[in-house]
Amino acid sequence: MKKLLALVLALVMALGLCACAKEPADDKKEAMKVGLICLHDENSTYDLNFITAFKEACEKAGVTPVIVTNKPESADAKEAALDLVDQGCSLIFADSFGHEPYLIEAAKECTDVQFCHATGTKAHTEGLSNYHNAFASIYEGRYLAGVAAGLKLNEMIDSGKITKDQAKMGYVGAFTYAEVISGYTSFYLGAKSVCPTVTMDVQFTGSWYDEAGEKEAANALIKGGCVLISQHADSYGAPTACEVAGVPNVSYNGSTEAQCPNTFIISSRINWAPYYSYCIDAVKNGKAIDTDWTGTIATGSVELTDLGAKAPAAGTAEKLAAVKAGLADGSIKVFDTKTFTVGGKTLDSYQADVDDMGDYKPDTEVIKDGVFLESNFRSAPYFDLRIDGIKCLNEKF
Amino acid sequence: MGFHVIKRDGVPTWKKWLIRVVSVVLGLLVSSIVTLVLTGTNPLDVFSYMLKGAFGSERRMWSLAQGIAILLCVSLAVTPAFKMKFWNIGAEGQALIGGLASVTCMIFLGDKMPNWLLLIVMIFSSMAASAIWAVVPALFKARWQTNETLFTLMMNYIAIQLVSFFVYKWSNPIGSGKIGVVNPNTHSGWLPVIADKSYLLNIIVVLILTIVMYIYLKYSKHGYEISVVGESENTAKYIGINVRKVIVRTMILSGALCGIAGFLLVSGTDHTLTRDTIAGRGFTAIMVSWLAKFNPITMILTAFILVFFQKGATEISTQMGLNDSFSEIIMGIVIFFIIGSEFFINYKIKKNEKEVKE
Repeated sequence: MKKLLALVLALVMALGLCACAKEPADDKKEAMKVGLICLHDENSTYDLNFITAFKEACEKAGVTPVIVTNKPESADAKEAALDLVDQGCSLIFADSFGHEPYLIEAAKECTDVQFCHATGTKAHTEGLSNYHNAFASIYEGRYLAGVAAGLKLNEMIDSGKITKDQAKMGYVGAFTYAEVISGYTSFYLGAKSVCPTVTMDVQFTGSWYDEAGEKEAANALIKGGCVLISQHADSYGAPTACEVAGVPNVSYNGSTEAQCPNTFIISSRINWAPYYSYCIDAVKNGKAIDTDWTGTIATGSVELTDLGAKAPAAGTAEKLAAVKAGLADGSIKVFDTKTFTVGGKTLDSYQADVDDMGDYKPDTEVIKDGVFLESNFRSAPYFDLRIDGIKCLNEKF
Repeated sequence: MGFHVIKRDGVPTWKKWLIRVVSVVLGLLVSSIVTLVLTGTNPLDVFSYMLKGAFGSERRMWSLAQGIAILLCVSLAVTPAFKMKFWNIGAEGQALIGGLASVTCMIFLGDKMPNWLLLIVMIFSSMAASAIWAVVPALFKARWQTNETLFTLMMNYIAIQLVSFFVYKWSNPIGSGKIGVVNPNTHSGWLPVIADKSYLLNIIVVLILTIVMYIYLKYSKHGYEISVVGESENTAKYIGINVRKVIVRTMILSGALCGIAGFLLVSGTDHTLTRDTIAGRGFTAIMVSWLAKFNPITMILTAFILVFFQKGATEISTQMGLNDSFSEIIMGIVIFFIIGSEFFINYKIKKNEKEVKE
């Protein structure tokens, strides 16, 4: 038996050697290779958003994309990054927050390869020349989506469907993490800018992707008197619950018009293609990549989808165009401290935990000249204030 | 025309292995046909991707060896229990609890003691935590004859939810739902890297465990008692073996080994913990152990086969831009053939003679 075992092993090894010997034949193309590490695959709206943008940017730049999917947030991510280096990638992206520490480890090992991480927080404190973070000022997109929501509420008030005090929105969030808080607050402020009596309930699910949980949360909010729902989580749970209940919905990551034709108003999304193009261009031409890169409406990173055909209020498109112009020229600031209060008071100073060292200690003054400067000291959001008018129903996550 | 199945005995070893090899080859053939039909890729390319996925670079070979080592470690853990016919399908949860113990020590004791002491504390607390997780169903089985299959399975869910709870509680940054890499700067509680190969220590530890387990099962009195209890509890009682004691003792051992697997994953590999850290190895290990007929040395080969196909199938998906489901299809086909081969080793199919005459 042992002889046979040895024989089988020897065979496998021999085959393995053949495979190794064949390898060089593949290296015909001289095109630059760029890698992308994804947490899930195209079946997740979150990853799909990255994959589509990545393919688009690579095609435009004429580089070869290498996409690896379903890489968990463990040493597997580092392994995947180093494997991409072995395959000849000179620029490597990762799409999930939890990939960050492993990408940093890979960056420390391979100093001649550039590593770019979306949504991460540590690049500005790590001090590595080949490790970078990026995010987008998606709070501006959510603010715009909030304006569309506020106009819808106004329409409901004007038609006598609800009173001014019943203008309550619901929001399904994943975790009580700054990225989510910044998102729902900007959405709320957008709505409030056109509908001053609006309030909002937030329900957390404790997961980025939990279709049943998100549906349940949306239904609970609707039952609790919310007349419009938005969400920051990656499944179709909340929008479909809204479609069934006939409650208007403001979506995220992409249009849900096809699934929810009667209730879809608008959706904001981050378009990563401009960032990918920027990095590819930088590596090609030997230029440095920003440690923290924040995409904006101007760079094409923050996008709104087309408006729904049925649900949006009349005149929404015109109003959005005006507000968008205001955001672009700086006459409108999303986190203008005059527009919100915390515990009944207007803030003139706030220390946020920008240097994410794991100590949860506030370290940076982020309010300047009456504006909370979001995504200014690092690309990832750090707005974590609980402002008046928004009620978090469950803080357990 | 009909067939009937009859049991066969005394199949010579060479024939058994021939059947196994043929089944793997058949599995490969069918999976390449499936790939061809679904994607139009030349089957030879499919095989070369598979080999490349596992052996394509030095790093991939190390990664293959590491994959084998960790899977083997969990497989070693379930083996004594299975040999005793105690169906421990809770290795996933046992290893996860071990990992939880390790990461807890790293977080709270990281700056309180020297690294060598911390590592010792981590090993022992992981082994203890996992042993407790394993011994609870064993005690219930020994005393009240509860069903260990269900019991160990349910313990998995408790472990997973406990880990989810603590991962959230200790999440860094706050509210993100992830612990992140623990002690990234001080490296306290990280297994040292030897000879510049990050997985070498893991591999050596598991190799030693494999040999020890082989000797334990084959030559020790405990090993003998385990076999007897597995063959027949009544015989065991008759010759004076304390069956309850053997069950409880063996499950403590089984749990402690799972604890080592959890420790190796947290301290030697990931330096963090998520609910997916064990990644289903607790269940795959059952297959590794069974296919090897509970022989730890043969388990090296069965673990190799499973990890090899997993790596190979992942590479196929990457090269062809397919998602992970495709590699799972390939894995499923190959495993189906491997398990099927055991049927043909133990039974043969005969034509029904009467009908042949007609």
